[in-house]
Amino acid sequence: MTVLFEARGITKRFGGLTAVKDVDFSLTSGIAAIIGPNGAGKTTLFNVFTGLYTPDGGDVTLADQSLVGRRPDEITALGVCRTFQNIRLFKTMTAIENVLVGMHARVRLHLWDVLARGRRFHDAEREAWQRARALLERVGLGGHLHTEARHLPYGDQRRLEVARALASSPRLLLLDEPTAGMTGAEARTLMGLLRGLVADFGLAIILIEHNMRVVMEVSDRVTVLDHGEKIAEGTPREVQTDARVIEAYLGRRGATHAAP
Amino acid sequence: MIKRPVIAIPLAVVLLVVSGWAVAAFPRSILAFLLFQSSILFVYLAAMPGWLRGALLAVALLVMMPIIGAHNVYYLEIATQVGIFAALALGLNIVVGLAGLLDLGYVAFFAVGAYSWAIFGSPQANLIFGGGFPLAPGWFFAFLFVGLAVAALAGVLLGLPVLRLRGDYLAIVTLGFGEVIRVLANNLDKPINFTNGPKGITPIGRPPVPFGMPYAEFSYLLVLLIVVVIVIVNRRLQDSHIGRAWEAIREDEVAAQAMGVPLVRAKLLAFACGASFAGVMGVVFAAKQLFINPESFTFLESIGVLAMVILGGMGSIPGAILGATVVTVLNLQVLKGFSLWLNELKNAGVVVLGYPLADLPTQLEPAKYERMIFGIILVLMTIYRPQGFLPAKRRRRDLK
Repeated sequence: MTVLFEARGITKRFGGLTAVKDVDFSLTSGIAAIIGPNGAGKTTLFNVFTGLYTPDGGDVTLADQSLVGRRPDEITALGVCRTFQNIRLFKTMTAIENVLVGMHARVRLHLWDVLARGRRFHDAEREAWQRARALLERVGLGGHLHTEARHLPYGDQRRLEVARALASSPRLLLLDEPTAGMTGAEARTLMGLLRGLVADFGLAIILIEHNMRVVMEVSDRVTVLDHGEKIAEGTPREVQTDARVIEAYLGRRGATHAAP
Repeated sequence: MIKRPVIAIPLAVVLLVVSGWAVAAFPRSILAFLLFQSSILFVYLAAMPGWLRGALLAVALLVMMPIIGAHNVYYLEIATQVGIFAALALGLNIVVGLAGLLDLGYVAFFAVGAYSWAIFGSPQANLIFGGGFPLAPGWFFAFLFVGLAVAALAGVLLGLPVLRLRGDYLAIVTLGFGEVIRVLANNLDKPINFTNGPKGITPIGRPPVPFGMPYAEFSYLLVLLIVVVIVIVNRRLQDSHIGRAWEAIREDEVAAQAMGVPLVRAKLLAFACGASFAGVMGVVFAAKQLFINPESFTFLESIGVLAMVILGGMGSIPGAILGATVVTVLNLQVLKGFSLWLNELKNAGVVVLGYPLADLPTQLEPAKYERMIFGIILVLMTIYRPQGFLPAKRRRRDLK
């Protein structure tokens, strides 16, 4: 199978701080997790992948097409969409409107179609609303179609973000801490949903996650970052036993005695 | 009462008929005309089938209003002004209310439209091109589209440099843009005389009027027609992927772009659409006034239109129209009427509580308190009803 998504030698600096240093990453299919302590550069990497940041070095490709230098909306149109760590919904818009915005890159209507309101417009609009409803039902928000996003409970807002990202029909979905603030049961439901999406649509998923139970259960591969560098990569089991990973999370044995 | 059709429908009809009769019977009474305006609002708010509401509004605006205008032309003038400002408020509503781009120089687009017809619809253009002007009156209708296009272009030209700005910074730059246009109009009388500077341009040509109609009536109906078209365009834009993209930008620009909204195009479209409405009305305004100068397009006008949008409710079409009506009527009618009434009492030598009104200083004239009264209204609104008179309703769609 060919590689769907690949990042080579990604480096991103902010002034004197190197947030991400020479990171390689690739994904062919399934679910990959990126883990690491706070400040390891995980979200920075996502921002590079989705065009919010331009990397200082390296290249990102989707199906051999370079994404570096493209605008975020172009990258979304090519098939990479994301959710945000700190939820960024369109707060005063309803759940279904949020999902409809997610479809923007797939809309094939021109200004003229909108002003003329012909068959083309009505057909496209009806289809969009039906698809949006189906997506919301899939993530379990079928009862909240017309609830404003800001009035949804926290866990529902996270799921709405997933539905909104799915609306752009991505080939690769990037989820930044999707289960943060969710109960164990909610997190399990969401992971079941993600597994289903991978199985049904061949969607590839990269997730940043702190909940290790989720990571170990759901991901096919795990990449560990620390201080902006990749320190380990492999199956969940391999990573769990990696000495450097344990060190990054727990510190070195006897490190407290090391004299400066 | 307003929610139950059984009561609301007859009440709406009675209100319309009574207020219409009252205006005809007392053509000089401000209260009668205010009652007529309120009854139109009542028809809009009352529970009734859509076709009936449409029919009643059409009767009120297309039949009753011109008849009222035949009794008292001044009311027609007020209605026309309301229409012009409603169009401006609807345009600004797209930029500020939907896309969330705070534009404090909006009146510049109105000026661009007005000057485009003023220059070519008057002998002014002879000073630039040597001769052959003013254009024939029929050109006015073509210039409605020219005004639209030129203003839309100005909107894009303003939009391009401010794309990266948000909030306060955007507000300051647009404010500057508004001033630049006014100052240009003020100073473009040399080396080539384009705008005739502070002296302004006159006489501006008027379009040919069919059936020997009085110009005031024609102007009113034309403005009404344009407002109706603008409302339709506005609704179609708002209730489509374009309108949703604008609102998404207003809510969270970064997220909107990450979801596939092309920021540059969406913002420029918002600026261009908003500006084009003002441009069309500028052309109508120039012909109606016969004379324009830079003083008609000051910063305070921009603020006034913004106040209409905020009072009515950001992002709400009926809100923008109501806001425009309230501000214009308060301005032209209530305060002015109050001043006139006070003056009459003064001249009649009325004494209140032993104090002769004739001794009242002229500074106490209510018409001079326009800005203060708006300030108070805006402050009260932001405290007690920040969403505006008629806040935007979320759209639903029957998915069965």
